[in-house]
Amino acid sequence: MSDAIEPAGVARQPSVKPAMHRQSSSTPLLLEVKGLKKYFPIHKGLMRKVVNQVRAVDDISFFVREGETLGLVGESGCGKTTASRCILRAFPATSGEILFREADGTVTDLAKLDRPGLRRFRPQLQMIFQDPFGSLNPRMTIFDIVGEPMYVNGLKNRTERTDRVAELLKLVGLRPEFMRRYPHAFSGGQRQRIGIARALALNPRMVVADEPVSALDVSVQAQVLNLMLDLQEKLQLTYLFVAHDLSVVKHISDRVCVMYVGKIVEMAATEELFYTPYHPYTAALMMAVPVPDPSKRDIIQDLPGEVASPANPPSGCYFHPRCEYAQEICRTQTPELRELSPDHFVSCHRAEELKLAGIK
Amino acid sequence: MDSKEEPTELPIMENPDHPDLEEVDGVVPVPPTFPDDSASATEELLVANQEEERISIASNWTLVWWRFRKNKLAVLSGLILIFLVIIVLVPEFFATMDPEDTDARLAFIPIQSVHWIDEGRLKPWVPGVVGKRDPVTLKMIWTVDENEKVYIKLFAEGYSYKILSLIDSNIHLIGAADPEQAGKVFLLGTDRLGRDQWSRLAYATRISMTIGMISVGVSIILGLILGGISGYFGGWPDMLIQRLIELLQSLPTIPIWLALTAALPRTWSPEKVFFAITIILALRGWTTLAREVRGRFLSLREEDFVLAAELAGCSQARIIMVHMIPTFTSHIIATSTLAIPVMIVTETSLSFLGLGLRPPAISWGVMLQEAQNIQTLALAPWLLLPGVVVIVAVLVFNLVGDGLRDAADPYSN
Amino acid sequence: MPFEPVPANKITHQVDINTSPSWVDEPLLRVEDLKAYFFMDEGIVKAVDGVSFNVYPGKVIGIVGESGCGKSVTMKAILRILEPSAKIVSGKVTLRRRLNSEDPNSLEELIELTSQHPNSKIMRKIRGAEIALIPQEPMAAFSPVHTVGNQIMETILLHQDVSKQEAREIAIEVFRSVGISMPEQRIDSYSWELSGGLRQRAIIAMALSCNPRLLIADEPTTAIDVTTQAQILKLLRGLQEERQTAIIFITHDLGVIAQMADEVVVMYLGMVMEKASVNTIFKHAQHPYTQALLRSIPSMQSESRVKLPTIAGSIAHPFNRPKGCPFHPRCGHFMQGVCNANQPKLVEIGKEHYVSCFLYSDETIPSASPLTEKNK
Repeated sequence: MSDAIEPAGVARQPSVKPAMHRQSSSTPLLLEVKGLKKYFPIHKGLMRKVVNQVRAVDDISFFVREGETLGLVGESGCGKTTASRCILRAFPATSGEILFREADGTVTDLAKLDRPGLRRFRPQLQMIFQDPFGSLNPRMTIFDIVGEPMYVNGLKNRTERTDRVAELLKLVGLRPEFMRRYPHAFSGGQRQRIGIARALALNPRMVVADEPVSALDVSVQAQVLNLMLDLQEKLQLTYLFVAHDLSVVKHISDRVCVMYVGKIVEMAATEELFYTPYHPYTAALMMAVPVPDPSKRDIIQDLPGEVASPANPPSGCYFHPRCEYAQEICRTQTPELRELSPDHFVSCHRAEELKLAGIK
Repeated sequence: MDSKEEPTELPIMENPDHPDLEEVDGVVPVPPTFPDDSASATEELLVANQEEERISIASNWTLVWWRFRKNKLAVLSGLILIFLVIIVLVPEFFATMDPEDTDARLAFIPIQSVHWIDEGRLKPWVPGVVGKRDPVTLKMIWTVDENEKVYIKLFAEGYSYKILSLIDSNIHLIGAADPEQAGKVFLLGTDRLGRDQWSRLAYATRISMTIGMISVGVSIILGLILGGISGYFGGWPDMLIQRLIELLQSLPTIPIWLALTAALPRTWSPEKVFFAITIILALRGWTTLAREVRGRFLSLREEDFVLAAELAGCSQARIIMVHMIPTFTSHIIATSTLAIPVMIVTETSLSFLGLGLRPPAISWGVMLQEAQNIQTLALAPWLLLPGVVVIVAVLVFNLVGDGLRDAADPYSN
Repeated sequence: MPFEPVPANKITHQVDINTSPSWVDEPLLRVEDLKAYFFMDEGIVKAVDGVSFNVYPGKVIGIVGESGCGKSVTMKAILRILEPSAKIVSGKVTLRRRLNSEDPNSLEELIELTSQHPNSKIMRKIRGAEIALIPQEPMAAFSPVHTVGNQIMETILLHQDVSKQEAREIAIEVFRSVGISMPEQRIDSYSWELSGGLRQRAIIAMALSCNPRLLIADEPTTAIDVTTQAQILKLLRGLQEERQTAIIFITHDLGVIAQMADEVVVMYLGMVMEKASVNTIFKHAQHPYTQALLRSIPSMQSESRVKLPTIAGSIAHPFNRPKGCPFHPRCGHFMQGVCNANQPKLVEIGKEHYVSCFLYSDETIPSASPLTEKNK
């Protein structure tokens, strides 16, 4: 029988410029987060006393350069979703600074602003949600959904809005006539596109994407990821891409931040992180992902134990109960996030000595 | 799976419109598999015909209606309900004579039987009644006099009235063919004071149904506002309102109602009493709805599309009015429709006991008051007919409400 | 045509496996041209439309597909736990059943599962003891008002002739074998007291408690973290080797398939697109859908920030299944007049390698009208 018929025209895949050439250390920071904390109190008893805190986000600091994609990756309970919503001020942070730089260069701490103060920033920071079915109001037409941000921000003229909505729909690969329809007429992938169109309605500078492809079918994920890459180039967007899927994060990010139980354990450029991880958790995470290559079986290494609970984290380094390299200091002292090599941060006491394997 | 309604013939999926697919020697060259071209072109395939288009632009209410339509029983009940509402709007049209017309000489006339054929033609008539006083008991005995034919017809002339207090008219649905004989048609008999039951029933329908609908309307408003405040803001308003609801719900309803209605001054006009009864009924009815609304608000607050609206810069008022409330309006309507019969039965019961509306107001309960003792029941069982109408009204509301609730709730299957 | 269930206990064979060499090659489970349709007000959904595969003892067969492909419905059809609105319209599922599940040398029989009544005694005996299901959502699979121990013991007591105390001991043992620490205490906890990974292990324990020869794992790792997933996959692999349990592994994750499966079945909109050994699928996939799927998945080995080759369009709604090959509207090799006219038949194009595509064969399935029909 003949060999696999290769479709013509798959010679060279078009690429978006690789990370190394896009940002330099002199590119201004669009967002800088310092010491962000978000604790949720646990109430118990008749008088609803606070007995404990869930440390969803436990003192994290990171930055995002203008025009780049920062991937925020971690397992359940690591706080990535809470952090992303905190940054957008969906709820107030417990403490910390969220420094946002506007187009004219002014830097404001979003954490200190109240509701009216935030209004000015809303158009600049938008979000793409995980659930394509819950993120669109089922009672509104696509025109209403995508046009609403414009309406509440001053664009009352219906014709102008219609034109702009049509433009946005075309931008995300949907036909403008679709604006008459309701969300129930669309598939998951299409709804995500609509969500993206809505996020872009106000020309944001930064878009926080909270697991935008996790709920989609595999064949549709690629479409949406490609769309996001395209839009980033066209519109000079900055992404904060939150996900639990390492392959997806690797595919779309310039830099990656790995979180565990509310803390950042490692932050570096994508290639650097994946080929030479400094933190045992990062290495373990990569080892745990099943490789779609049957000749590479039994490479799956599993990590003992369970993901620690943010309500009751271990002492010292939160990862120490599961870490094969743990020593006495790891049990007692919480490590700080430090820059071990240029632009590669890690919080591990033993990072210098360990020689960890990344992907090959 | 997205819900799909009513597809009839579904399209054959071909992609003749694919821009890159042109036949070359019977084999189509490969379209590029890279994005930003094929994706939008193949969107065309997904909606290739009118039917799907119709479904995709269908708003929620349209979908609810389509689902409701499938429930034949609910649709039938709906039609009966519409008929009742028409009676509510123009009861005078359905009446044959003034409901207040008392004539003691015409007391306890039984239901007249309608004869349809006269002299071989379709010419409905009712026999006249001749009363004679029994010399021994001095009671009126009514005998049917077949010779006296009172012809009836549709859309006859009768006493004059104003439609909705605006337009003058004197046409009634059924009446005597000869206006002079208008006072001789008693399709459902008369009561102790000689008042025509058929006409009174029409007027009673108006009052009883209106009380039910208005008190539920007031409950909805109260329930929405208080439940909304409770659910959206939380904190101490929530605590306060919830305790109030618990207090109200723990009070036994019947004694409270009895006490409140008994406390109404006897000197109040029927309109005032009507208004007061409506408010009293509504005061208890809002609690259940408030609880549901609160629950909905609590869960809606966590929804992504609400957060998206906040991030877009929507004010809280807009979020509540435009995003939250419309998602459960259909549910509110459904549960309210189920609450109306409760109010109707409550008012009927109260009036029956003499504690709600009082004559000269006419409601089903007031009419049923006439049928309270055994003697009356033995003599004039037709006075119980308002009870039948109450049953029908309650049934109809319940069936429509159930149908609406099933249609509005996409997970009911 | 309406499906008429045949009276229960229709046994076809009763053979001692040890003395009958012809049975050595007989698959444990044989699915032949299975069709299961949903009859709804709006029309007929052909959720499974002619699926065939074999499961051999001790082997892992991976079923890959996206939403709407019918993989879960196939499993429910095998176990005869379909919803009331669904019916098996045609096809045969045959199981090699042990007459005595507690005896390793037990006699066996071939039983046609599709001929049994779903509620019959024999089906209930088979569920749990011969074929066990690991469902997708571990939280939903446990009752919140019973301890996990109670539920496992219930299964054990249903299928094995033991006392309550013995059942408890078996349950503790099986907990231990799936790697749950402190099994004697854990057995008395409720499902919501356990973490995600522990719950998943508990579900596996319940499935294994009666030593079934076939496990059906329906997306067992979709809802859990990647590190927990690694643990569970390792566990399943170990158990499979140790007990020689056959597994039907349903997932959409090709990485998991590569790690777990011996054979792969690729499904799309209710039909089998390609069927081959795992190496063949990953190295020499022939069906355009399989190829496109493999190419479009981001993997850690591929270059960053490079656009992925995508499959155009999106999955058709099951009501709207395209005429002819279900994949043709999205296929890069579409042939006008061929692919949209008839459905291709699954043919063998290499050693144990089956493809249903007109690129490789002209054989077609004579199709009834592919349009949805109103349920008369």
